[in-house]
Amino acid sequence: MYSFDLVRPTSMEDAVAALGQEDSQPLSGGQTLIPTLKQRLAMPSTLVSLSAIAELKGVSVDGNTLTIGGGTTHAEVAAEAGAYPGLAALAGQIGDPAVRNRGTIGGSLANNDPSACYPAAALGSGATIVTNTREVAADDYFQGMFATALEENEIVTAVKFPIPEKAAYIKFQQPASRFALVGVFVSKGADGVRVAVTGASNDGVFRWSEAEEALNGNFAADAVEALSAPSGADMISDLHGSGDYRAHLVKVMTKRAVAKANG
Amino acid sequence: MPKDHGIGASPKRREDARFLTGAGQYTDDINIHNQAYVHFLRSDVAHGKITNIDTTEAAEMPGVVRIFTGADFEGIGGLPCGWEITDKNGDPMKEPAHPVLAQGKVRHVGDPIAAVVADSLEEARNAAEAIVVDIEDLPAVVNMKAALTSDSALVHDDLSDNLCYDWQFGSDTEVVEKAFSEAAHVTTLELVNNRLIANPMEPRVAVGDYARANDESTLYTTSQNPHVIRLLMGAFVLGIPEHKLRVVAPDVGGGFGTKIFHYAEEAFCTFAARQINRAVKWTSTRSEAFMSDAHGRDHVTKIELALDADNNFTALRTDTYANMGAYLSTFSTSVPTWLHGTLMAGNYRTPAVQVNVKAVFTNTVPVDAYRGAGRPEATYSLERVIDKAARELGVDPIKLRRQNFITQFPYATPVAVEYDTGDYVATMDKMEELMDLGNFDARRKESEAKGKLRGLGINCFIEACGIAPSNLVGQLGARAGLYDAATVRVNATGSISVMVGAHSHGQGHETVFPQVVAEMLGIDDSLIDIVHGDTSKIPFGMGTYGSRSLAVCGSAMVRATEKIINKAKKIAAHLLEASEADIELKDGQFSVAGTDKSVAWGDVTLAAYVPHNYPLEDIEPGLEETAFYDPANFTYPAGAYACEVELDPETGEVKIEKFVSSDDFGNVINPMIVEGQVHGGIAQGIGQALLENASYDENGQLLSASYMDYAMPRADDLPMMANYVVDHSCQTPCTHNPLGVKGCGEAGAIGSPPTVVNAVIDALHSGGHKVEHIDMPVTPSRVWAAMQA
Ligand SMILES: Cc1cc2nc3c(=O)[nH]c(=O)nc-3n(C[C@H](O)[C@H](O)[C@H](O)COP(=O)(O)OP(=O)(O)OC[C@H]3O[C@@H](n4cnc5c(N)ncnc54)[C@H](O)[C@@H]3O)c2cc1C
Repeated sequence: MYSFDLVRPTSMEDAVAALGQEDSQPLSGGQTLIPTLKQRLAMPSTLVSLSAIAELKGVSVDGNTLTIGGGTTHAEVAAEAGAYPGLAALAGQIGDPAVRNRGTIGGSLANNDPSACYPAAALGSGATIVTNTREVAADDYFQGMFATALEENEIVTAVKFPIPEKAAYIKFQQPASRFALVGVFVSKGADGVRVAVTGASNDGVFRWSEAEEALNGNFAADAVEALSAPSGADMISDLHGSGDYRAHLVKVMTKRAVAKANG
Repeated sequence: MPKDHGIGASPKRREDARFLTGAGQYTDDINIHNQAYVHFLRSDVAHGKITNIDTTEAAEMPGVVRIFTGADFEGIGGLPCGWEITDKNGDPMKEPAHPVLAQGKVRHVGDPIAAVVADSLEEARNAAEAIVVDIEDLPAVVNMKAALTSDSALVHDDLSDNLCYDWQFGSDTEVVEKAFSEAAHVTTLELVNNRLIANPMEPRVAVGDYARANDESTLYTTSQNPHVIRLLMGAFVLGIPEHKLRVVAPDVGGGFGTKIFHYAEEAFCTFAARQINRAVKWTSTRSEAFMSDAHGRDHVTKIELALDADNNFTALRTDTYANMGAYLSTFSTSVPTWLHGTLMAGNYRTPAVQVNVKAVFTNTVPVDAYRGAGRPEATYSLERVIDKAARELGVDPIKLRRQNFITQFPYATPVAVEYDTGDYVATMDKMEELMDLGNFDARRKESEAKGKLRGLGINCFIEACGIAPSNLVGQLGARAGLYDAATVRVNATGSISVMVGAHSHGQGHETVFPQVVAEMLGIDDSLIDIVHGDTSKIPFGMGTYGSRSLAVCGSAMVRATEKIINKAKKIAAHLLEASEADIELKDGQFSVAGTDKSVAWGDVTLAAYVPHNYPLEDIEPGLEETAFYDPANFTYPAGAYACEVELDPETGEVKIEKFVSSDDFGNVINPMIVEGQVHGGIAQGIGQALLENASYDENGQLLSASYMDYAMPRADDLPMMANYVVDHSCQTPCTHNPLGVKGCGEAGAIGSPPTVVNAVIDALHSGGHKVEHIDMPVTPSRVWAAMQA
């Protein structure tokens, strides 16, 4: 780690001001950023901790919308997002208790790791990412591995999830990191079925449109069974599995997610 | 009623109180006044020529005390190899130099190029980034077979090729060939024993200190054998005589073999402290551990088994490539040879066995002993080929093994060693009972009803532990003796310190060793402490590895305690005015046989130190005895293991539903600790079978260089405790050591990998998938790929 200054503002205003300084960077749960700093892979001069900003925290329900503050930890979502059980269950499967008690939804979505779980939930629910300056639809937000629509120093302040009729997430764990080797989030809501896949693609989280189409006609595991798996050509191929294997898992996990959503 | 103290009891581990309350004293807890910190600049390429190192700018940076490079170590010894292997042509192995800091070339990712010593670690790291190193990339030698072709790059330019040795052992070639030509059936299997990284919880640490006043150096280090480090580093690397060099290995957080070896960082810190007249500390990061701790295993083997028409094994032949990595680590050369080849007969009567091993230099981290060291590799090859033979012949794998078991002891195999005792039928019977094999078919049907495949894996193994008879290993090329030593120091008031050469880094010696002495003397074990891990406190010791602590060092402790008893009886006889021959020791009381006259342990010990009424003309005052013990033979723990797996044919995922180990460890001193050792060993073996893989790409970059990619076994990878049964009730005591113990530390890691793989293959066949083999780790993706083929 290189040395850096740490500031801990209590308001968004102060945070935005602090982030205006050169080489400053937001710090949320630190579960991604701190390991990066330890490896000396980043060299911010100031870390602006978001952990003391009350308005970034908490889970609330308004009608059919569940809103999660950007600084809300995975453990809090797992415990408090009961109105959206598929999402609460996803949060409860991220990492281990230490990670869940520190890591936050804002940090996860800002980072957009191609194997992370929340991107699948956001894209698979048709969520809206709220920042300090605007609102971005999930469909526009994710722009490939570790790439998002966020501008420099833009802060994810909340995520708004429409609560679907049914939803479920199935994660097939990469054996070492236990991130998703392939994770599939399916939801059936007012605007139809969404199937979002994480872990698999070189382009990060994506929607499997063939499956969505089939499931819009018949929201049943059999409808997925009838499809052929997506092409493995654009899938991640590494130590833990070939592109073809991941493509195969996309289909299996989609099937299982639908079955689970149907309960 | 189980005993509550002494031999056979399971008192809770006394050392755990300090470990669990943060009171342990690990090497990193040691801080010396005014110490400096070293950061090693390590190679990020696998193979290259160092054309230039410029430290000018770095040396000017804040806090920098001194920067060392390979040039500072010219004329200083390299790290020695402790075991010379003789090639099958009679030539000694090739033994290239292993400099403390790279000289001229870097040979693996992680090879240290320069060492920056500074007032703080932060400053050392900052300055290291300012060092300019120019490296001309050379082709990386990674694949062992390719390394032996004539157009391969050379890892060591002064050697003619990348072959360290070509070793052959066992039956004559003609005998083996004849048996194969006459065989009714031959089964052949090619397999990989995957490279592993030991990953002890505590990374390595070294603190070198120097006292100018008396020219004494002290090294605090995370070692399994401080005396071995003192000998190797003092005599071969730095030229410091033993009486001026103290090595301390305090609490050590796990070793698994990888902390046996003498490492460059230890020599560096000791050397640098003398140079700058300040203590120098190094604490490995986890990332450094991945690329500087010696790795384990990494064999590529072809094994052939010949059987006659009645399914008797008639011959066995292996051809193995063993990866040495870039340099010869301390015991690296002995692992694929004497620790592997001599066990290749396994539990079976096979009359002809020949083992061939080519040890190969590559641009990878050095490979050395890791829990089991050579014996897991032997067991894996043998037990996989037997399983395959059973399938090919359509016979029950248990029956095939039973039919070929050695049943008469002692038994000398064609690969040199003589098993003193054992009962392989008994452990197999016990395993079958605990595994409830009669209901396996019903369990398989239940799994199939859920869309899963269930497989049963069987495995037998034998290991050579209690390492080792010195005269024998000396003939085999060891450059050290492998005895051990203990001093029993009885204090005036009767409490006892036992200084032992064994080193406890998780094994629980502090609990177990006192149980033995307490039993022998009939006193409470709370009066007894052991002292270990400091060359200035203990007589001598070869340390802990090879399941040797109790069998070898424990034997020395028994011998020293016997001497104490003999002397104490003389003192008691004097105090009781009786003849020494009539003195009996029971429950801490010395009594005169047939009378009610007695004197307590404490009175005798006090008399020894306050010798007012004492036979000074016959014996010296004091009560302290030392014994060195050199074992007459190895010990041969053996066992039968089984597991059931459930395989998800859609994903290839394998879950272990039940695991049973039936081990024969001879006598057991503390059952709880033995069971813990076996549970842990099996966990590591399951890790090897299903998860762990140190994987290099073709450029010699370690792909699994952190826990993001190197999969360690976790609790949920293992069966629930109720289905994780470790049994040690079959006991054939070792015939040649006083405690009749064989050693239990490695068994689990040796016995479990083939058990798991055999079960996976069985599961696949039950589902109609004719998969003959999958290399470890048997990951979901590999299983799935095998099913597609
Ligand atoms: C052992 C381990 C296991 C894990 N397993 C999983 C898993 O299974 N699934 C999974 O999805 N994730 C997993 N993670 C990642 C974890 O979920 C992290 O919490 C998450 O990726 C980052 O969140 P954070 O709050 O810790 O962010 P930080 O590490 O603090 O920040 C991450 C990045 O986002 C930026 N940032 C942080 N907050 C904001 C914000 N509100 N607005 C804009 N930018 C911001 C930071 O500047 C930084 O660049 C794991 C992590 C660890 C250490």
